[in-house]
Amino acid sequence: MKIVQSIKKFLSNIPVAGWLLGILAAVLIEYFWGYDYISDYLGLPKIPVLFGAILMLKDPVMIPGVLAYDLVVYVLPVCIVGKASAFFTNPLAGAMEKLPLWISVLIHLCCFYGILSLWAGINDYRVLVVKLTLISIILTISINVINGYQGEFSCSHPGFMAVGAYVSSVITLFLFTNDKIFGAALLPPALGPWLFPFALVIGGIAAAVASLLVAIPSFRTRGDYLAIISLAFMFIVKSAVENINVIGGARGMGGQPDLAPLHVIFIWTMLCIWVVHNFVTSIMGKALNAVRDDEAASESMTVKTRKTKMTAFMFGAFWAGIAGGLFAHVLTYINPGMFSINRLAEILAMVYFGGLNSIVGSIVGAVSINILGEALRPLELFKWIIIPLILIFVMIFRPYGLISFKEINAGKLLAAKKNK
Amino acid sequence: MESFTDLIQFFIQNFINALQRGSFYAVISIGYSMVYGVLMLFNFAHGDIFMLGTYIGFGIATLFLALFAGVLPGPVIFVATVVVTMFLASWIGVFVEVAGYRPLRQAPRASAAITGLMIGIIFETGILILLGAKRLSFPPLIESVSYNVGGVYFTNVKLMIIIISLLLMLGLHTFIQKTKWGMAMRAMSYDFLAVPLMGVSINIMAPLTFAIGAGLAAVAGILYGQAYPILDPYMGVMIGWKAFVAAILGGRGSIKGAALAGYLLGFIEIFVATIFPSTLRDLIAYSIILLILTFRPRGFFGMEYSTKLRL
Repeated sequence: MKIVQSIKKFLSNIPVAGWLLGILAAVLIEYFWGYDYISDYLGLPKIPVLFGAILMLKDPVMIPGVLAYDLVVYVLPVCIVGKASAFFTNPLAGAMEKLPLWISVLIHLCCFYGILSLWAGINDYRVLVVKLTLISIILTISINVINGYQGEFSCSHPGFMAVGAYVSSVITLFLFTNDKIFGAALLPPALGPWLFPFALVIGGIAAAVASLLVAIPSFRTRGDYLAIISLAFMFIVKSAVENINVIGGARGMGGQPDLAPLHVIFIWTMLCIWVVHNFVTSIMGKALNAVRDDEAASESMTVKTRKTKMTAFMFGAFWAGIAGGLFAHVLTYINPGMFSINRLAEILAMVYFGGLNSIVGSIVGAVSINILGEALRPLELFKWIIIPLILIFVMIFRPYGLISFKEINAGKLLAAKKNK
Repeated sequence: MESFTDLIQFFIQNFINALQRGSFYAVISIGYSMVYGVLMLFNFAHGDIFMLGTYIGFGIATLFLALFAGVLPGPVIFVATVVVTMFLASWIGVFVEVAGYRPLRQAPRASAAITGLMIGIIFETGILILLGAKRLSFPPLIESVSYNVGGVYFTNVKLMIIIISLLLMLGLHTFIQKTKWGMAMRAMSYDFLAVPLMGVSINIMAPLTFAIGAGLAAVAGILYGQAYPILDPYMGVMIGWKAFVAAILGGRGSIKGAALAGYLLGFIEIFVATIFPSTLRDLIAYSIILLILTFRPRGFFGMEYSTKLRL
């Protein structure tokens, strides 16, 4: 324990900027020497994709090599560069503190995106994992608005996602591709990236309108009945899509233009975090919590409960629709089976694992469940025993999730660390 | 006149099919409803308990058929299978309660729901790992005989399923209305907070309720195996969710309501599938449920609980 504490103390004066610099160094080392020298020397077949978890599980002989790789490429550079650069990153962070908060957050985010894209760019698999993780973050945050902040148990998120995915896919197929069903492209494909946000937003709005089907019954019911209504909504959407042959029916719909590169998804995710954060800290967000804690009391305190519920549902559904649209354009293929019970279990697992009523918790939940799912892939079926067991233990020991009812203050997080 | 008798025939034929389908939903949804009555929580692993029960029934039936096939008559083997399977499966219910729900007595309800879902996933995967992906087929315990009464076809298996389900429900009703244990259960669902103070231990009642629910689900599993002999680790998912819907539709905690809603669901499904294209089955069934719950938010026999009892 003493060692851990001394390491903690040793690293305690590194600001976030310093950590970013350290991670940049690690990623650069991997980028330039990762394959040619380090993994070759350690006898690894290729660069370990997700910190070597997959390699380790596939072939236990690789474990020492992978651990050495992680140590040499990630741990040591991050710590050493972070510590060594603390003498100038601390004043830098201090200088940025004087700027308005949004500028310094933006600067940090840009740096983070640069590092992320460099890290992910090493192979396609990493890009896909990062993209799906970012989409999961949007989904988890949006369901947290309904299940966490508003306190309903809504099961309809896959349905909202499906609506958004199908609507935005139909728009992009209609406008930018030569599709068999939707005819020739109406607009030059070069316009695609510029008009894609509008397609996404229309998908989101469609999902928000569809959510009224769940929101209006929620005026009169709560809890289990609403859970069933939302569940029924999800099955209705899935079943309806299966029966509409124009959009592929049960076979699914493919051929969406690849309009969702990493930076687009990153920007949408950050936008989602920002907007949802502002929403839940606004008066409306406080009203959500009030309705969750006591509907009758909040009604008597002039909270319009119906409007609040409707807003929460439409807002959550809007972002779920956006996530669905991005999802469709990442995979360039969707079918109704993707938006069913399995997806629901995954989304619920992410939000309840991470923590209710917390954006940071949602991010933690989405990232950990996604990375865990990918890292344990070589275990095949046993993955579906390990992940549920982890969730059960989290539920038993932290019933509200890992990080619940807590938020991180961005200003404090990015501030310079003083030496104690 | 000819077409009229055709219509009657068609109706009775589908009526029998719907009764059979509804029997499964009714028996399984009673399990949900009973647990809700005692704990005010839904046991989301119930669909997978049904699946496990079917697999246990499959194992027991195969064993008994191998041992006593020529020695004992078919119905005796059937009854023995049902009894042994019920006994074994009820321990699964106890296990789920003790491992998944007891540590979460004070936790928010959603956490318990997640735990139940996760236990279900573990059961599915466990069966998949143990037995592999090959599809097993349930051995027929009763020789199927077809009857034709006035143009309506049915088999003795169908009749047996309907009758045994009704008998089970009748037995459960007697248990709940006449015995001391049943009285404790009713009291528990009437007042969740005061009854433990009267000397009724929730740590005995809850496992008992889970055990009865699991036993019923296992019998439903054996009957299901007689009607649709293909076993599949994911068979409990769809049936479980539908039975859950039926339990809510009947009014939470109401066993009568759950049974009735189970039959209603069976009727909706069968008649929709015969009148409309079968791909529309789920769409119409769930739309009807959405409508019912929009206009009757407490289900058929739901009591007016205060929603603040437990969040």
